[in-house]
Amino acid sequence: MVENSVKYSNLEESPEFSKLEVRNLDVYYKSRRILKQINFSANKGEFIGLIGANGSGKTTLLKAVVRILKPEDGCILFDGKNIIRMSTKEIAKNIAVVPQSISINFDFTVEEIVLMGRTPYINSHEKIDDIKIAAQSMKHTNTYHLKDRLITEISGGELQRVVIARALAQEPRILLLDEPTSHLDLKYQIEILELLKSFSRKGLIIIAVIHDLNMAAYYCDKILLLKTGAISSIGSPQQVLTANNIGHAFGIEVQIENNPLKNFLFVFPKLKT
Amino acid sequence: MIIAIAIGSTNISPEVVTKILLYEFISIDKTWNPSYEVIIKDIRLPRALLGALVGAALSAAGCAMQGLLKNPMADPYIIGISSGAAVGASLAFLLFLPVQIISFALAAISIFVVYSISKVGSKVLVDTLLLSGIAVGSFFGAITYFIIYISGTPHQVIFWLMGGLWTADWEKVKISAIMILFGIFMIYKQGWNLNVMLLGEEQAFNLGINAEQVKRYVLIFASFITAAAVSVSGIIGFVGLIIPHFMRILVGPDHRILLPSSTLAGAIFLVFSDTLARVIMQPVELPVGIITALFGAPFFIYLLRKRRKNFHG
Repeated sequence: MVENSVKYSNLEESPEFSKLEVRNLDVYYKSRRILKQINFSANKGEFIGLIGANGSGKTTLLKAVVRILKPEDGCILFDGKNIIRMSTKEIAKNIAVVPQSISINFDFTVEEIVLMGRTPYINSHEKIDDIKIAAQSMKHTNTYHLKDRLITEISGGELQRVVIARALAQEPRILLLDEPTSHLDLKYQIEILELLKSFSRKGLIIIAVIHDLNMAAYYCDKILLLKTGAISSIGSPQQVLTANNIGHAFGIEVQIENNPLKNFLFVFPKLKT
Repeated sequence: MIIAIAIGSTNISPEVVTKILLYEFISIDKTWNPSYEVIIKDIRLPRALLGALVGAALSAAGCAMQGLLKNPMADPYIIGISSGAAVGASLAFLLFLPVQIISFALAAISIFVVYSISKVGSKVLVDTLLLSGIAVGSFFGAITYFIIYISGTPHQVIFWLMGGLWTADWEKVKISAIMILFGIFMIYKQGWNLNVMLLGEEQAFNLGINAEQVKRYVLIFASFITAAAVSVSGIIGFVGLIIPHFMRILVGPDHRILLPSSTLAGAIFLVFSDTLARVIMQPVELPVGIITALFGAPFFIYLLRKRRKNFHG
């Protein structure tokens, strides 16, 4: 196990095969049906953008994938294995989450926080391998220089990268991120998305909730548009981000400009004035 | 420790204390007054040991509770243990039953009640846990006062409520040593998990920790050692609240270091406080609970002023 973990911590060598399949997923919160018959699959190296209006079920979908919420109907398969039958540790070794709002009020150092990503692999004390893997993750996210700083004293953009480093330290095959760029300025947004893109090129499956449609269009391989708990459309950015689809899902009129030469798409709301 | 044993209404020099303590293990000439030996072995030593155990238990439990509930105001009594134990003690005094056993039992019952109230399905909700702790606490508090009110001789109960170690004897030391050391050891094993739990339950779950299981485990053992402590010492306040805070500032939030250092500091602090309690108004002895609060409260306020941001802004 240790051998294996050191090997692909540096993202050079991911397993040949990893796949996430979501089949006929229905999730309820109390008696309210939040997700309706969700069907999609994600393959190795795919960067999927999850978009949709507030309350359309994006976060719920992410929570279902890591089993924080249990589906009423349907199933989620990881490499063909139903996640309901996987242990909490096994899930944590394969699927990592970067949550929406992060606040850590305790004076842990950055390195200690990143080491917590090793939790599924260790019992009570970290070993040298764990420290190495944590260091690798920090280097990948450009946070290694912060390692002795206190987590309570770094900036929002740095914190976001530290939490991504923690997720990488889990050595996952799937990385789920809930609005990883929402609280960041433009520079950090691009930095984070570039980072995620590079991870996906190394084989990680990335599913991220992204509010900025233009960023999603530019960085994601596939876009999944949710409307009131159901998939309204799924496919390449060009296929999904049409004026019609967006108008339908968000209830606003938009103009789309397509620049096929630069593979660039620009969504702009039609303003009244 | 030796000095704490040495000081008292009969002052015995630390040197003699050391000799008496070592006499069991190595041969030293008996040069001391034989009554000293009785005072040391049968009164002061068990009392100091019990103080150390109780201090260790309260401090470790407080530390675990604060981490688990992510609440700076959490102490070992927060989920109603003390009030349950108080009902037990007052009943025991009223009906001449063994205080230790009855108060332990009632403490256990109160934890069970609080725990059951806050359990929804398989989950324990932290906010509900705190609130139901307060509610059950005041309910049991009312019962205690009722019992005190109807009993003719309330003094014993009131002394008990203030917390003290004057009932220490070897038997109590043995029983509580087994319970407390075992409980503390079990909590230590959760050090890493407690660290991760500080990130929040969902994140802990994403990192492969069965949050509900850890919560249940820590609650049970923290309550267990608290009940063991309270049943021999009454309600000694502030140790379980300030010592973990103080140590968190000194050694940081890593429970693998914080728990042992809080345990040690709690033990030292209570032995020290108890020594003061014995001598400060000689020959009258004060309940040690008064000393801990008298020292603890101002010190805590000082810490609050100094390090506001340390624990939740």
